[in-house]
Amino acid sequence: MTGRERITIAVLGLGGQGGGVLANWIVQLAEACGYIAQGTSVPGVAQRTGATVYYVEMIPADTADAPVLALMPVPGDVDIVVASELMEAGRAILRGFVSKDTLLIGSTHRVYAISEKTAMGDGRASNDRILAAAQERAGRFIGFDMESTADANGSVISSIMFGALAGSGGLPFQREAFENAIRAGGKAIDANLRGFAAGFDAAQGKLDAAETSDTERPEPTSEAGRALAQRIERALPQEAHAFAFEGVRRLIDYQDRRYAELYLDRLEALAGTGEFVAEAARHLALWMSYEDTIRVAALKIRRSRFARVREEVKAQDDQIVQLTEYLHPRLEEICETLPAAIGRRVLASKRMQRLLKPLFAKGRHVETTSLRWFLALQALAGWRRWRRGTLRYAIEQARIEDWLALVRAAEPASALELVKCQRLIKGYGDTFERGLRSFGLIVDRYRQGGIDAAGIARLREAALADEDGKALAAALAA
Amino acid sequence: MAERSFKAEIERLKLGEGETFHGEGILAVTKALLESGVAYVGGYQGSPISHLMDVFSDASELMAGLGVHFESSASEATAAAMLAASVNYPLRGAVAWKSVVGTNVASDALSNVASGGVTGGALIILGEDYGEGSSIMQERTHAFAMKSQMWLLDPRPSLPVIVDMVQKGFELSEASNTPVMLELRVRACHVTGSFTARDNRRPPLTVAEAADAPVRDTDRIVLPPANFLHEVEKIEKRWPAGIDFIRRNALNEHFGTEDDDIGIIVQGGIFNSLNRGLELLDLSDAYGNASLPIYVLNVTYPLIPDEVRDFCAGKRAVLVVEEGQPEFIEHELNTLIRRAGLDTTVCGKDVLPRAGEYTADAIREGVSKFLRQHAPGRAPAAQSAPPPALSPASVPQRPAGFCTGCPERPIFSAMKLVQKEIGELHVSADIGCHLFSILPPFHIGNTTMGYGLGTAGASAFKPEGKRAVAIMGDGGFWHNGLTSGIGNAVFNQDDNLTIIVDNGYSAATGGQDILSSRAKPPHRKTNNPIERAVRGVGIAWARTRTRTYDVAGMRDTIREALTSPEKGPKVLIAQSECQLNRQRRLKPQIARALKSGQRVVRERFGVDPDTCTGDHSCIRLSGCPSLSIRTNPDPLRQDPVAHVENSCVGCGVCGEVSHAAILCPSFYKARIISNPSRGDRIRHRMRQWVIGFLQRHDERKLAARAF
Repeated sequence: MTGRERITIAVLGLGGQGGGVLANWIVQLAEACGYIAQGTSVPGVAQRTGATVYYVEMIPADTADAPVLALMPVPGDVDIVVASELMEAGRAILRGFVSKDTLLIGSTHRVYAISEKTAMGDGRASNDRILAAAQERAGRFIGFDMESTADANGSVISSIMFGALAGSGGLPFQREAFENAIRAGGKAIDANLRGFAAGFDAAQGKLDAAETSDTERPEPTSEAGRALAQRIERALPQEAHAFAFEGVRRLIDYQDRRYAELYLDRLEALAGTGEFVAEAARHLALWMSYEDTIRVAALKIRRSRFARVREEVKAQDDQIVQLTEYLHPRLEEICETLPAAIGRRVLASKRMQRLLKPLFAKGRHVETTSLRWFLALQALAGWRRWRRGTLRYAIEQARIEDWLALVRAAEPASALELVKCQRLIKGYGDTFERGLRSFGLIVDRYRQGGIDAAGIARLREAALADEDGKALAAALAA
Repeated sequence: MAERSFKAEIERLKLGEGETFHGEGILAVTKALLESGVAYVGGYQGSPISHLMDVFSDASELMAGLGVHFESSASEATAAAMLAASVNYPLRGAVAWKSVVGTNVASDALSNVASGGVTGGALIILGEDYGEGSSIMQERTHAFAMKSQMWLLDPRPSLPVIVDMVQKGFELSEASNTPVMLELRVRACHVTGSFTARDNRRPPLTVAEAADAPVRDTDRIVLPPANFLHEVEKIEKRWPAGIDFIRRNALNEHFGTEDDDIGIIVQGGIFNSLNRGLELLDLSDAYGNASLPIYVLNVTYPLIPDEVRDFCAGKRAVLVVEEGQPEFIEHELNTLIRRAGLDTTVCGKDVLPRAGEYTADAIREGVSKFLRQHAPGRAPAAQSAPPPALSPASVPQRPAGFCTGCPERPIFSAMKLVQKEIGELHVSADIGCHLFSILPPFHIGNTTMGYGLGTAGASAFKPEGKRAVAIMGDGGFWHNGLTSGIGNAVFNQDDNLTIIVDNGYSAATGGQDILSSRAKPPHRKTNNPIERAVRGVGIAWARTRTRTYDVAGMRDTIREALTSPEKGPKVLIAQSECQLNRQRRLKPQIARALKSGQRVVRERFGVDPDTCTGDHSCIRLSGCPSLSIRTNPDPLRQDPVAHVENSCVGCGVCGEVSHAAILCPSFYKARIISNPSRGDRIRHRMRQWVIGFLQRHDERKLAARAF
């Protein structure tokens, strides 16, 4: 049988990423360079955000015979795999398309799958596992974040992939031939050529990989800050410093210096390993900075937030950006912001509830960039001065003290797990109540006795397994 | 307006004698029809044949110029019934749809046309939706060919062969007075390639001319005694004529060597996969020069007894590579070999997978097993596959889902909210994009019984307490749901709720126009409201909601329908335009407006990472592709925060959902005004002046008490 002159290329991507455009460019390129090329795909349902495979085969057109080309990639017989996303590179490996002779060109960015997005905690798949498999299995692996490269060059990911394919040297064609295929396509030629060039350079290692910087420990800027920082360094173990610095910074912003000092008082009362104090520093700061209406209002009207939004929506300097918030404070939240005695009375009175509830039955569209709403939110944010008198403050501090008392009394391993259970308490409204309920169930179970640290951890995982609390109920019954 | 426009490609359909045509499989089929002098074309869209219908549609002017009649049929049954035009008149006609589901719908008309037989060539082009990417039950069209005795072509996926089979298919149909089915697998529809064109031909007789001179022959009508005659005629006249034509024209092909004691018989459609499998075993090359004989069935029904006998004679064993089950060809080969008095062993499903797609890899495996049993000297050494580098669990699945901004999503978000109030519902789902509701994050839908059959699928549920819910798409509604579902529910006094998703297009098949579309295409009559149709067949409780994105409103209407004391079938028409089509429509308009300096407002949503706590309730209720997650920027929090990507089209569902379900205050809507007017600028400057002053003041105070 004759030697193998055929080149096979599989493009794995998600619907809407331009995999079809890329496959067409490759076919055009091959035909212009004296090859017979064939492309196929499976459109249809896959276009609706599903994963899909485009497949191209090419063979020099130097005999009169018509070649018999395959319509789908065969494991172990794919020369080049181009994947437009990291998990799609993983899928190519999983399907056996990547072998020792394969050049794998893949983007390292992530487009999360629905199962990863809907998890109640962190359901993301491991990137490291895919990257390790790519290094191990492919003959050569060229991987970089093509999405950010596309963004930086005002282009689309398909042109980056095409550029990377050219830059990889995996096809026996000149750079110009690739660029001609883009020109022949006739659409968005300039942007595509820009993306192509960036992809080409990146594949040849000419672009620096984006540096990942660890979040820095905040440095104190005020007298109060420096005093608190010294206190942390003096009184808390080294491992806890990063979280404690962040905790202090946040609570001073949230309330005031006195509140941050209360945080450190509480932390110092919790003796234990470095890991334990660090986790306590994290979770205590989160609980103490619970999101009440005052906090939400304060965060919504900051100048830094307005700037962040402008950047996120990619607004140009000459464009005006107007912001509308989707707020839905219920009567409960309103009462919790009132002085404790008044709030309690309203919530206890059926008549008042009946009277007032309809006022808060509907969500509000709050246009923060309008004067009226800005002033209203600013007034609410200013209520911070009286926060210690609010009903919510009284409730949360009592909960925190209960939790800390429980943690202090527990043996070290259980104490750590109990601290981590704070993770369940998050969100607003129903979400908040669900988390609090799960937390309460676990604490109640712990108080009954006969459960060790691993048992608490298991219950916490179960509480994060589903929204209806079925897994937690089953775990509690077991 | 369809998903993909073929306007540019249509030019290639005008190529003449000797010119080289480059393009996709479906375009080649269209060109072949025009070269065959077809008189009329119809069909119903559906993957993998949707684009064929779009090509027809985009080429309708060209076809009209040639005197060819084209229509988008209301259903596959309509399309099949169109073939009636070929019964009495020498008119060549072609119809197309997705098989096997479309063939199911068409089967009444197909049986009739197959029984009475045809005078003009009748070609049925089937997109065989089998294997990877398929969205339907895995069945074989082959069974239909056998039961009705229609001939089934399964051409090798090479453009010249496909084109030739279209032209020969008409001749075969005429020579044997039998409708012919041409089956194209998914990838063959979209494979690119080239062939040498011929001139387009005007039909010798047009449909208008035929209508002017009616011919009546009651022997062609399925009614006793003619129906009994048809059965005899099929066996005694049409079948031998078909066999004879296929043999004389050598529609089946031979590859590889001539003499051998083993051989392979393969369906034309999977020849390329077989050849690649053989190549990887060093038994063939890139041009199909195999080192053993291969008999390629471009016609898979009927089999040609003489050809089979000649191929099998002198062979100890043959391997049948036949995809799908049951293995009809293998059964029949055994019969033919027995009848021919041969002693050849027929292998097939004993060495190849019993079910599933025959990929080159699967075939390579099967051929290896076959060789080990019958030609051990040529069998490859057993190789152990390398251990997998990844476990399947390490790569998350990507089930198809609703597009960004899809108007169907809020319907199911609203249903989820209603279920929270009144408990789980029995939901009879329909075929179409809305079937994605059964997948995460919605988990809504208990059964689906076929296109337009959502309401019919709920008809056995006669509620005393909780009503059942049926979903029906507008495509399915006009396909058959109006009668099979709504009419049936009125007649049988159902008490269920039908939600009709009225997005303006047959969206799942690529955005074709339908009766209730709001677009006004030339040559079609659209804008026929669904509510008028359902009231016309006797629905008393009908509501139309014109903005599905209003989640709270949708929830309230669904709740009302499910709890109202009024008895009788209820219909809620949920209207909002398919976002995919809307974007396709608007994008060029917006680009033009921006370029010419007009004021343009773009809306999109966002999430504030400092108030989002990473519970993802919003994603579980909406599931928009633009609503994703990213690493929590907060060093204390561990769970990723929700995040809206720039692909957001500002449909507003995430905001509405968070309002309706009282989720969290993190969502914001940004209105980005390009080329702002004078008024915009003045108002903005005044606001900026005051707000900026106050923000700077707040910032100073914050800095004073900062860490």
